[in-house]
Amino acid sequence: MITLNSCLAVTAILFALGLYNVMTRKNAVGLLMGVELILNAASINFVAFSHFNGNHVGGNVFSLFLIVLAASEAAVALAIVVSIYKQFGTINADEADSLKG
Amino acid sequence: MMPDLKDAAFLLIAGFTIVSAAGVAFSRKVLYSAFSLLGTLAGAAGFFILLSSDFIAVTQVLIYVGGILILIIFAVMLTNKIGDVKLTNQVVNYKVAVPISVALAIFLISTLTSGVWVEKDAPGASPYTSMVAPIGNALLKEYLLPFEVVSIVLLGALVGAMVIVRREVK
Repeated sequence: MITLNSCLAVTAILFALGLYNVMTRKNAVGLLMGVELILNAASINFVAFSHFNGNHVGGNVFSLFLIVLAASEAAVALAIVVSIYKQFGTINADEADSLKG
Repeated sequence: MMPDLKDAAFLLIAGFTIVSAAGVAFSRKVLYSAFSLLGTLAGAAGFFILLSSDFIAVTQVLIYVGGILILIIFAVMLTNKIGDVKLTNQVVNYKVAVPISVALAIFLISTLTSGVWVEKDAPGASPYTSMVAPIGNALLKEYLLPFEVVSIVLLGALVGAMVIVRREVK
């Protein structure tokens, strides 16, 4: 029952939900949560592939790097969000448009 | 019957993860989205335990649940009037996003599950072996350069975040 295919199906649903979240949100923090969903789906996929490939360690290490990169991405993105809120008074992604020509 | 127990745990964790991910995607208030994200990340940690990588599960709980989620909730609380739905979590492009997401999910599931993957069983007679020592060896042997690079990336990102949000001192 717990095969590679079932894991891949679950993570595909997770990925699609994250993509839906990224496409529909205006709120920048909401967008970031969608990105986190997508990254988690990828991370589970790496671990699943490595588990069903004889517990190979490469997928685990890659998933570890992915977690670290997600942490740094979240730190920088949330800093930018707070900074934009101080500048514009809103964090809707379509209203911080002072670079628009 | 151990296999049945494992199947039941898989179904339970999969259902929990997908339901809370749907909570993240469809919730009207961004704070509720953040709390649903807690469920999704915990479900992912459960997946890692089921897939016998204990170290990744512990790292997931420590970094995602303990760090990133707290950071997100702080950002929500610093930037919004939390109760206001209209301000906090507007939904746009609904009619475009639903068909694209559903089509992508169907396409991914049908493609991934129709392929024939070659599966190898875990080596050794024991059904469970800890992954901590192999990961440590791999990080300090063949993955030494990415390990050092990622530490520099993390340092740069954290210092950069501090620089971005600090108050200007004139």
